[in-house]
Amino acid sequence: MPLLIKGRAIVEDRWTLLRDATSLADVSGETAVIVPLALWKSQHETLFARKDVGVWLKPDDDPGALVADIDSLPLIAIDFPKFVDGRGYSSARLLRDKYRFGGELRAIGDVLRDQLYYLRQCGFDAFAVRADRNFADAIGGLDDFSDNYQSTSARPVPLFRRRNGATADDGKLPPT
Amino acid sequence: MGEQNQTSAHQDAYAEEFPKIRDCPALYQFLLNKSLFIPLRPKEAPLYSKSSSPTERDNVYKYDHIDQRFVDERVAQFRDQTRRFLAGELTEDEFRPLRLQNGLYIQKYAPMLRVAIPYGLLSTTQLRKLAHIGRKYDRGYGHFTTRQNIQFNWPRLEDVPDILAELASVEMHAIQTSGNCVRNITSDHFAGVAGDELVDPRPYAELFRQWSTFHPEFAYLPRKFKIAVSGSPNDRAATLVHDIGVHAVRNADGDVGFRVLLGGGMGRTPIIGHVIRDFLPRQEVLNYFDAILRIYNRFGRRDNIYKARIKILVKEMTLPVFAGHVEAEWERLRGGAGTVPDEEIERLASFFEPPPYEKLSGDDAGFRSAVADNRAFGNWVKRNVFPHKVPGYAVVTLSLKKTGVPPGDATSDQMDAVADLADAYSFGELRVSHEQNLIFTDVRQKELLALWSELKALGFATPNIGLLTDIICCPGGDFCSLANAKSIPIAEAIQRRFDDLDYLHDIGELDLNISGCMNACGHHHVGNIGVLGVDKNGEEWYQVSIGGDQGEAASLGKVIGPSFAAQEMPDVVSRLIDVYVEKRHEDERFVDTVRRLGLEPFKERVYASAH
Repeated sequence: MPLLIKGRAIVEDRWTLLRDATSLADVSGETAVIVPLALWKSQHETLFARKDVGVWLKPDDDPGALVADIDSLPLIAIDFPKFVDGRGYSSARLLRDKYRFGGELRAIGDVLRDQLYYLRQCGFDAFAVRADRNFADAIGGLDDFSDNYQSTSARPVPLFRRRNGATADDGKLPPT
Repeated sequence: MGEQNQTSAHQDAYAEEFPKIRDCPALYQFLLNKSLFIPLRPKEAPLYSKSSSPTERDNVYKYDHIDQRFVDERVAQFRDQTRRFLAGELTEDEFRPLRLQNGLYIQKYAPMLRVAIPYGLLSTTQLRKLAHIGRKYDRGYGHFTTRQNIQFNWPRLEDVPDILAELASVEMHAIQTSGNCVRNITSDHFAGVAGDELVDPRPYAELFRQWSTFHPEFAYLPRKFKIAVSGSPNDRAATLVHDIGVHAVRNADGDVGFRVLLGGGMGRTPIIGHVIRDFLPRQEVLNYFDAILRIYNRFGRRDNIYKARIKILVKEMTLPVFAGHVEAEWERLRGGAGTVPDEEIERLASFFEPPPYEKLSGDDAGFRSAVADNRAFGNWVKRNVFPHKVPGYAVVTLSLKKTGVPPGDATSDQMDAVADLADAYSFGELRVSHEQNLIFTDVRQKELLALWSELKALGFATPNIGLLTDIICCPGGDFCSLANAKSIPIAEAIQRRFDDLDYLHDIGELDLNISGCMNACGHHHVGNIGVLGVDKNGEEWYQVSIGGDQGEAASLGKVIGPSFAAQEMPDVVSRLIDVYVEKRHEDERFVDTVRRLGLEPFKERVYASAH
């Protein structure tokens, strides 16, 4: 079973990512699958009924397409074909902050140690680090910084509201 | 888990620092519930000391332990990234964006490190550190750029983590000075001292610096993103040619807010920014930035590097459509966590309180007679001294445009000497302008003569600010691997042609800007005379445009015709000037004559004899 960083732990990944699934035939017989948005939309009734189906988004997929399913989807993955393509960071923030997605938000594709801190701040809590990399080393990337100036998905209260402890409310990361 | 462990470590640190904290369970619980156990400064981290931190009298933002920790963490991160790259654990493609976001290019002959001078503000302690870095890690000099940065052209890759650590020790960094991210925030080099200023932009520039630093969502944008802020109706920060230009203004009620301009820029497709919002409440500015950047990050083109800037997206989407997206996103964020409380703006403003000015007469008799008696001094005062809002003080520009020296270059020895002078004459602080000069903002009028003598000895008193020889110039083909052509020798040849100071002063205000390639680091589009290096079958040629202008009436120059060989350039400029001198109306600047007459008479003269 492939590995995954979930929160801060290395776990075995029980989900199967179906990058090229285009029809129900590609999905049958599998449990816990992550399907492309296009398939999710075209076979919505069947896939929605299964409860063990997650959806993955391409960088240019509109996360708003999942708004009706947001409370029931167990997992949404966002693909980074190249780590320098930063669109997925904004997709994640919309899913977390605008659509209030509370399930697992997973980064897939060219996922590397040096982007993990930023990914986490944008709301990702699972990282399918590229298979050729050292996962234990990659976890270190989550701690590259101890805090950030901005309001983020993981730490909504920006530093300027916490700096002197004057008006702080919950600016911390959720427990993982 | 780790986050919680960290939190409890912070709690322990508090308990150790403040033993009484546990005696009050209610307070302790309150702090715990409210997550107020923010990390304390580590014990081993140095507090500000006289020797290594900005002096107390200068007006620069002072890091607290959190700001300091961020730059320290960045140094550690980049040190490890460099180690992994050198060990073969990171490929060149993986390392490149990481090093670029730390200002490190691989240039023609060696790496180039670009260090941020946020909104152009420097303490003398910081300048001495830059001098030291130039001496220890480079060849004894640095190059001040057109975006309030300084570049070192010869550092070794292996040394860069140490250089970043040296910078961090004086509250400086090279964060996001390159790469497809939000770049160094730039501003008016006369901020806080200009009489025409409506709002001091420095607190906002610092607010933007912090917001942009390590913004987790916007580190991998389609392309670079530049923001400039001005607080004066006389725009000295080139805000109209930035991705976002921000004008601090006051509304009818006297409240400070911002006029926001979007999508300006130079490069291959020069565009003057458009107003996207006339008045944005100051508290909302970061939410509004987040909205703009989010739309750009999602929809900006990533298929073609030349079409990836926000100006192209705005053009393709049209401004009203783009603005509609931004306003909708802002509406959602408005009033939320990212809204800036006035207390924070006041906290930032407190760093930029006026220095302890003396009560002086606005008209110093000694100064007046020195100007009358000493023509050279008078020329310098006319060109290099700008009025100060406080009586008896003056703003002095040190010209880094002496003929024979690459524009913007200063040696480490010169930097040390300038630091001593700024300590002696200007409250231990100085500015860097996008015209690649240095500024002392707070010089007593009665000391101008003495300062002038010292600057002359240093080679920084050329009385040419705003004149033809105050050339903005990129490093060009001598250093830069992007360049199509050299720019520094062209600047020098033109400066040599116009070495007659009387003639130079008679020609009057004229911006001549030179870029060695399309990327327009030398701002050639907004030069009254713009020179662009182009490559024709492997040879270096120069395309000339006229009529560009920066500032509040910014305009883009128009190309006069086919390009020229390097050796023709001084003649070409001479002929342009000849036409101006013959046809100008009284008190008409070069650019105004071009606007009045159009290109034709200039073209005729230049091409009649050149080709």
